[in-house]
Amino acid sequence: MIISLDPLLTEDFTATVIAIVLLKVLVIFVVGLVATMLMVWFERKTIAGMQNRVGPNKAGPFGLLQTLADGIKLFFKEDLLPVKADKFVFRFAPYLSFVPAFLAFAVIPVGGDFRGDTGGIVTWFGHATRVQLADPPVGFLFALAISSIAVYGIMLAGWSSGSKYPLLGSVRASAQMISYEAALALSFGAVVLVAGTMSTSGIVNVQETLGDWHVVATGFVPFVIFLMAATAELNRPPFDLVEAEQELVGGFNTEYSSIRFALFFLAEFMNTITMSAVIVTLFFGGPQPIRIGDTALDIPLIPNDLEGTVWLLGKVLVFLYVYVWLRGTLPRLRYDQLMNLGWKLLIPTSLGWFMLLAAQNVGQDRGWNTGVVTAVSIAVILICVMIVQAALKVSAANREREGSVF
Amino acid sequence: MVAQNIFFAIFAVIMVVGALRVVTSNNVVHAALWLVTVLAGAAGQYILLSAEFVAVTQVLVYIGAVMVLFLFGTMLTRARLGEETDLNNKTWILGIPVALLLFGTMSYALIDSFGDEKLPEDATVVSTQVISDQIFGPYLIPFWALSFVLLAATIGAIVLARKD
Repeated sequence: MIISLDPLLTEDFTATVIAIVLLKVLVIFVVGLVATMLMVWFERKTIAGMQNRVGPNKAGPFGLLQTLADGIKLFFKEDLLPVKADKFVFRFAPYLSFVPAFLAFAVIPVGGDFRGDTGGIVTWFGHATRVQLADPPVGFLFALAISSIAVYGIMLAGWSSGSKYPLLGSVRASAQMISYEAALALSFGAVVLVAGTMSTSGIVNVQETLGDWHVVATGFVPFVIFLMAATAELNRPPFDLVEAEQELVGGFNTEYSSIRFALFFLAEFMNTITMSAVIVTLFFGGPQPIRIGDTALDIPLIPNDLEGTVWLLGKVLVFLYVYVWLRGTLPRLRYDQLMNLGWKLLIPTSLGWFMLLAAQNVGQDRGWNTGVVTAVSIAVILICVMIVQAALKVSAANREREGSVF
Repeated sequence: MVAQNIFFAIFAVIMVVGALRVVTSNNVVHAALWLVTVLAGAAGQYILLSAEFVAVTQVLVYIGAVMVLFLFGTMLTRARLGEETDLNNKTWILGIPVALLLFGTMSYALIDSFGDEKLPEDATVVSTQVISDQIFGPYLIPFWALSFVLLAATIGAIVLARKD
């Protein structure tokens, strides 16, 4: 009735329908957990390669079971509760971090055949459905809302520990996540503007050929901003000031041990996977195959219904590698650099680009001359850039007069 | 409809308990978390009313931004762990008539404008497009007026933060 426009849920609820939904939930949860486990292994192994080490290689083939061993070890560790801690919030915080990491995956189309007119709808057990848990019309807004809830886990963990370093870590984390959420949402807005829909399957559906992929259609800039803002939102290097080991011991999770620590750890890696899937869905066509003109690349031997999943997996793997690569190669930003990048570069750029795309859209609707629209937009943007630069210069001069370091 | 009524009751109870705990809690952060519960309950009610966009926006704006900033601010300044005794001041009794007045006004407004009207049985989801057509059409002027409130807040923040 509500919640979802999934064709599966528009008819009567029967046992099969409920079974399909339960199956989807189970698959997302189990695959999520296993993927997280493999991601930890992948990250350790790749980083080791980049640093000329071997990495985990004892437990299982290629050290694949190392994470499982670590997980089991963490289960049996003593669960410490600091004397000064706020007991309920301290116990509750890891779940606030862990659950949103999985929830966001509910709206991501993880497969389906988007070629032709089917729009990603497949038939399972005689029911038309999508290969995603839910397809609400507000789609990605839900994912954004979930990612804004994720900050609670970190914030409350730091505060409830009753200790200085975790509190500092969590204050940093919340400031960082609030700052970069604006840039994230604005570059997401550019995608919505071009796609004309907010539903995740709709956004995938319009990215048919390589030229329709939003990374091209929105002009590359929103993608770069989204990638940077997403990295900051995930608290991954080079934006990992939240746990900056040299400064804060371990950041917000310093006082945590045992299974609660493991939950934070899992959430962090699960979020990386989720965010990669979001980037792929928004900008790289999600489960769409690579297609130029009318010729689509077809993976042989795999049935069409499964091919979307294979494509999505391949694309997500590229981004997972990018995240590990960034971690292996970039030094951490200083705190003032982080804030400067977010507020003075990413937010104005994404806003300006959004306005540019909106002007182009309106111009096309009204039949204005594209060249004139572009020229006027560029002139307006240049003036705005100059005003921002002037403001920055004034404030820098003011701070210098006051004797501030930065 | 029965399921919706049952869930309405559950959410309503959670919201009322949460609201009471906001004012009786002896810890600032706990009070804020109870307020989050109330706001989340409101988002749940919106979903029951098939207003998905409003529900998600409620989560995004109130839970994801306003309360995060609120907690952030209190953590930076005075969020001590454990109970605090000096949270209530002497004028708290004034709050009761104000709350009753507000309740009366809102009840009157609601009953006056809706009366015995019933929600349609087969409520369909109002698409985001319809909402935006309304906001940027007939309600454009109020929307603009509201954005000036935000502008005023931004200017206020700059004025407060500047040292000269």
